[in-house]
Amino acid sequence: MSHLQDRVRASLQASRRWHIAEIVFWLIALGSFWAFPRHLLLMNEIAILALFALSLDLILGFAGIVSLGHAAFLGLGAYAAGLLAKNGMGDPVLGLVFAMVVSGFAGLLSSPLIVKGNDLTRLMVTLGVVLILHEIANSWASLTGGADGLQGITINPVLGLFAFDLFGKTAYLYSLSVLFVLFLVARRMMNSPFGLSLRAIRDNQLRAAASGVPPSQRLALAYTIAAAYAGAAGALLAQTSQFVSLDVLDFHRSADVMLVLIIGGPGYLYGGMIGAVVFKFLQDTIAAFTPQYWMFWIGLFLVLFVLRGRSLIHGGVKLFMTRLPWLSGRGRS
Amino acid sequence: MLTILFDGIAYGMVLFVLACGLSVTMGLMNFVNLAHGAFAMLGGYITVLLMQKLGVPFLLTLPLAFIGAALIGVILERILYRPMYGKSHLDQVMFTIGIVFMAVAGADYLMGSSQQIIKLPSWLQGRFDIGGVGVGRYRLFVLVVCGVLAFSLQWGFTKTRFGSRLRASVDDARVARGLGIPVNRLFALTFALGSGLAGLGGALGIELMGLDPSFPLKFMIYFLVVVTVGGTSTITGPFFAAMLLGVADVAGKYFVPEIGAFIIYVLMVVLLIVRPDGLFAKGRA
Repeated sequence: MSHLQDRVRASLQASRRWHIAEIVFWLIALGSFWAFPRHLLLMNEIAILALFALSLDLILGFAGIVSLGHAAFLGLGAYAAGLLAKNGMGDPVLGLVFAMVVSGFAGLLSSPLIVKGNDLTRLMVTLGVVLILHEIANSWASLTGGADGLQGITINPVLGLFAFDLFGKTAYLYSLSVLFVLFLVARRMMNSPFGLSLRAIRDNQLRAAASGVPPSQRLALAYTIAAAYAGAAGALLAQTSQFVSLDVLDFHRSADVMLVLIIGGPGYLYGGMIGAVVFKFLQDTIAAFTPQYWMFWIGLFLVLFVLRGRSLIHGGVKLFMTRLPWLSGRGRS
Repeated sequence: MLTILFDGIAYGMVLFVLACGLSVTMGLMNFVNLAHGAFAMLGGYITVLLMQKLGVPFLLTLPLAFIGAALIGVILERILYRPMYGKSHLDQVMFTIGIVFMAVAGADYLMGSSQQIIKLPSWLQGRFDIGGVGVGRYRLFVLVVCGVLAFSLQWGFTKTRFGSRLRASVDDARVARGLGIPVNRLFALTFALGSGLAGLGGALGIELMGLDPSFPLKFMIYFLVVVTVGGTSTITGPFFAAMLLGVADVAGKYFVPEIGAFIIYVLMVVLLIVRPDGLFAKGRA
């Protein structure tokens, strides 16, 4: 028994060790700040989308919960941060924490419904929750501004030092820092016994329960954390654009983030970030020639991707990894 | 009061016709098809186009909507859907969302984004009184058509050889296959029937629910509610779920318009807490 414990501990510690490819990844992300000074706003959007996808990865990639309404927590966080700033408390970090608490609480409240059901009821519940929130945001216009959106948000400088500017300099660094910190936390969590138990539940819930993992409790906790993460993404969105519209609760947000995560590959934390980069570039390119029917192309992309493309892209990545063994942790063993 | 109940039942009937195909295909292949609404929209647009461009009478367009949606359903099932059956629910969800997005954008491109209006024949317009209760003629018509459909579906499902094979396959596809039941062909047929019914429902629903390119997205949640609440192993389950949903939705929007839109969601949450496996779920081991 103790031998097994040692092995598990050793394996967890090994996975916690930083790989050189990861360090390179974050250095590139930071370096882009100086490399592409004219695209900072786009890069800010990428960072926020990456955080949102990371949050979905926690429940989809690690816990295996399929959600059609992850935008609920994004929107809730955005409105929470926006409203706080509108009512005179414009400190961004305070708003961020507040948004995470609000979204996390909402996640906790809705988690019993998620934990109980099968995939089908989960789809319905997640979709239902986001529709309810959309309806509330739409009809409670005195609070949220309804269809006009929440206007007149002023955000104080980050930590009282760095004011937000038009070019997105502060915005990108702020979003990237939040993404990085939350990523560190998520990385530590997923490489802990807790993360291991989530994967066990995803792979076989019955068996996980039989080996002493309480599935409902763990799933509820994972769902709450993921909701808080999505809330943080929403807060970043509201703070860096200084505007919140009903669009944050729209169905396409939930579908987009799912696509982002699947492009990058779920279950290893970097999928959302890689996916966010690819997705935004795709969107930018396609929007350049047909802005109106973007939806059609994203639909086509989804269909093709599921039918053929996934093995193509991921196969390519794997091939790349085996060719360059020093890049991949698995190559060495 | 009774008028609202009546309207709600008519609305629920259309919902049932729209969603019952989905519940059977979901039960049969364990396939999560979020694109079901796209077939309904297709049926709706077939009716609109036939009436506006070719002047085909309304009644004649209904079977054509059924056939058109069923045909497209069979073709798509053959080409696109079949490889998806073995895949995970996540893949199926993404795949069918992709189809929905394409359908929405395609309808927008071809037909424009505005609400479509059709002119009903004069004998279906207006309402008449039965014992002080105002009854819309069109709603009565819908009620009769859908009622007949529901009864024949129930009969076909429980009394015919096709129905018993179908039920056997839903219960356990592997054993059914082992007994020589052609599950795949059965499924293709059911899929066609389900898509056709969705098309018919879409055509009937133009007057009650409206028709614009966002139809498949707007009603996705309704279909999901009908299927999850009603269960996938009977016809009566989705039927009562659709009735409940229809009446609750119409009554909610009439009596408390400020919060009317929330009624069905609240209902859904309550039902899920009380009966997490569906309204009429059999005890499962």
